[in-house]
Amino acid sequence: MLLDEPLIFERGATGRIGWAVAEPPGGGQDGPALPPDLRRDDDLAGLPEVSELEVVRHFVRLSQWNYSAATTLYPLGSCTMKYNPVVNEALARLPGFATLHPLVPDRLAQGALELIAGLEAALAALSGLDAVCLQPAAGAQGELLGMLLVRAHHVARGDPRRRVLIPSSAHGTNPASAALCGYQVAEVAVDARGLLPAAAVAAAMDESVAALMVTNPNTLGLFEEEIEAAAAAVHARGGLVYMDGANFNALMGVARPGDMGVDVMQFNLHKTFSTPHGGGGPGAGPVAVRAPLAPYLPVPRLVRSDAGLAWSDDAPQSVGRMRSFYGNFGVLVRAFAYIARLGAVGLADVTRLAVLNANYVRARLQGAYHLPYDTPSLHECVFSDRHLQDSGVSTLDVAKRLLDYGFYAPTIYFPLVVKGALMIEPTETETKETLDAFVNALLAIADEARTDPALLRNAPHRARLARLDETRAARRPILRWQPR
Amino acid sequence: MSGYTPHTEGDIAAMLAAIGASSIDDLFAQVPAGLRPRATIDLPPGLTEPELRARFEALAARNAGGTGPAVFLGAGAYPHWVPTAVDQVLLRSEFLTAYTPYQPEVSQGTLQATFEFQTFAALLLGLEVANASMYDGASAAAEAVLMARRMLPDRHTVWLSRALHPHYRAVIRTYVRGLGDVVVREVPFAADGRTDLGALEGDLGPDALAVVLGQPNVFGVLEDVAAVAARTGAAGALIITATAEPLALAMVRPPGACGADIAVAEGQSFGLPVSYGGPGVGLFAARERDVRSMPGRIVGETVDAHGRRGFVLTLATREQHIRRERATSNICTNQGLCALAVTAYLSLLGRQGLRALATTNYRAAHAVATRLEAAGVARRFDGPFFNEFVVQAPIARWEALVRDGVVAGFPLARWYPELDDALVVCVTEMHGAADIDRLVRGLAAPAARAASG
Ligand SMILES: Cc1ncc(COP(=O)(O)O)c(C=O)c1O
Repeated sequence: MLLDEPLIFERGATGRIGWAVAEPPGGGQDGPALPPDLRRDDDLAGLPEVSELEVVRHFVRLSQWNYSAATTLYPLGSCTMKYNPVVNEALARLPGFATLHPLVPDRLAQGALELIAGLEAALAALSGLDAVCLQPAAGAQGELLGMLLVRAHHVARGDPRRRVLIPSSAHGTNPASAALCGYQVAEVAVDARGLLPAAAVAAAMDESVAALMVTNPNTLGLFEEEIEAAAAAVHARGGLVYMDGANFNALMGVARPGDMGVDVMQFNLHKTFSTPHGGGGPGAGPVAVRAPLAPYLPVPRLVRSDAGLAWSDDAPQSVGRMRSFYGNFGVLVRAFAYIARLGAVGLADVTRLAVLNANYVRARLQGAYHLPYDTPSLHECVFSDRHLQDSGVSTLDVAKRLLDYGFYAPTIYFPLVVKGALMIEPTETETKETLDAFVNALLAIADEARTDPALLRNAPHRARLARLDETRAARRPILRWQPR
Repeated sequence: MSGYTPHTEGDIAAMLAAIGASSIDDLFAQVPAGLRPRATIDLPPGLTEPELRARFEALAARNAGGTGPAVFLGAGAYPHWVPTAVDQVLLRSEFLTAYTPYQPEVSQGTLQATFEFQTFAALLLGLEVANASMYDGASAAAEAVLMARRMLPDRHTVWLSRALHPHYRAVIRTYVRGLGDVVVREVPFAADGRTDLGALEGDLGPDALAVVLGQPNVFGVLEDVAAVAARTGAAGALIITATAEPLALAMVRPPGACGADIAVAEGQSFGLPVSYGGPGVGLFAARERDVRSMPGRIVGETVDAHGRRGFVLTLATREQHIRRERATSNICTNQGLCALAVTAYLSLLGRQGLRALATTNYRAAHAVATRLEAAGVARRFDGPFFNEFVVQAPIARWEALVRDGVVAGFPLARWYPELDDALVVCVTEMHGAADIDRLVRGLAAPAARAASG
């Protein structure tokens, strides 16, 4: 049973203290008081006054309203919701990492710098590229950085160029990141196989195109078979190839972007490298580049000398900074722990088994659900609701009904090239038994769609709340609690 | 074997049979054959859990965290006590291992907590609405400039206070780099360490888009936001404030109440360890009428089919997954769990605890500043401050102190060549009396040091 719980602002009583604060050392004579015009005069009205137990209970109750990857299969396509190893939480909390101030002299941070250097090297090895920057806070920030590097490269040659080619299957962050760099987006349609045809890239390519932004495997879970030819066509006209590496879980030990003709890419450490998604971050989006782009990477850069590792701001061509300090360091610790724990063989197994799991789900669901592209899948598979339409149910209804069966829903209505998409990414950490239960649930739902469509349309029935009114939320926005 | 992958040989055989493939290798037939041999992973073999722990403990031991030197550093990352209960909340797997709450019916925990986070951010910053978080304070400041550009599309010049943290200034410059239509200029600071109002007034022309200043600024000095806002507003430009130490706002008039149009902050002080600079979390607040120009995710209240209160992601038509190249921002994954830390922290400290903690910080820092002054170490700027201030002391003394296990602040010359021998020193509730004595003794002028024995 799930218990009710008000907003934290609706709990407590005036005068209750949840946290006693020590007096400053040495008695703490008052300094000169703040000038009155600088002083806060609302007495912090509205902030809660609750006990420690009330706070703990509040958040424990809220937590119980969530499905999570630790509670159930969370087959959210494109998000790689794999097991987040608990040992990594302990390692990131070691005081030598957690309480290390980012501005201590470098010689007092050699362990952290070794870790950063080690992770940079590991990502370079996996990508087949030459230099890595760990600064970006998430995949989209990595994309932005990557496109700024592309721009810097072209500016150095006298013309930033105007356009970026992006396949119609791309994630929304790709066009948004390209636009933030001042580029116009030219969409290239995927073909009947769900793939980006090299010929279409060549046809769209001219000297106004700064880059091709391609996701590989793409958001349909398909390896871009013609990527080498597409990259060659881009390079032939002086363009660069950016790869969205969100789907790198399908590539470890299989193919290196550097060998495919990719010049710059981002990793999503919160996907491939197991760092927890945290209800929406923090993540990390490191960027890897070929050597000619390295001079443009953000500052500071890590350099090694006889005295050890040190940060250097000496990079006159750098695009600058993406954020303060060096990146989401705590996330980097977890990702490096994952790589160190698995090693070369373990990482290759991750990819092999992720692809096996996705293909197993695909094979078992094919028939009951419409598969819009039958090109062989890698780590995820995308179905549509076409077979269900006669029953008047949609992808949204299937997703909501899955919640009743105790599973989180796949990614829905993405990629946009599939109408009513259901995008399933089981990841390598799920057992065959779990996948069977999940597939059986989806098969049962396909039956229910025919026999009792209302059951789907009114789902979920077993969650704490029934379907929520999203239209109302957008029409009359209530975005915070208001003090009475 | 890690135990992270569960497949038995029997599983693999049964699954391949169901797929109709004869080996896992067959599943990669789409990958051009030339790529595969080159992709053999060149990394060391995996470690057992005890080996992994030993390796990471050895790395951690080579850092100055934990019980290492006494560190009086702030300058963008602030050491505060993280209550055990806060970290315990973060370790709840249901929060830790969920993702962006796309299915609200089974994500109400994340959604309600985020709604609470937005409320805290708006209350503290003194504005009407806040989003669900940005990457950090610096990128939030950059997103604020981009939002200003959407609000005033005919203006192009952004004025950054030189007393704004240099990382924030650098990130803003990076974010507008590719757009080509934003001109970034800087406003000098005055002798009191505040943004030079006189200089600002002369410069704000009809093209002025926004003025961005720190509150407190990188020198720890509290700006007169209201005065800047008055002048900026008169020029028809927006005022954006960026707060790296939000604990100050428990006692300092919030930016919104001073007229700020957009206020951002770094939330790390509220329940997150400094963690070598990340992850933290960006707070982002603005006026309700401008909400449709805001970047990032926003949670709103609604009802379910039975009329019960619930929360959903809302106003998504601003966002990349719908609007693509016309989105207000490219942000997707934000800093959700860090926003949860802030929410749990502010809930726990509450109204009284937060005020008390701010007072403690204020007094502790002022006490140290007073003692340093008495020891012949003058403050560089005489503007009001919260828990951080700049002193004038020869760099040789700072270096000697580092060798003795005290990091006596951050030497500003690295960021401001004109500020030779200036240290920005941060004192919080984390600094004990013995360490403070070492700091004062070590920085003291030799004469004063001799006098104090
Ligand atoms: C294919 C793809 N590209 C880019 C992104 C953006 O990554 P992030 O959310 O870390 O910014 C995502 C995930 O959300 C994705 O699935």
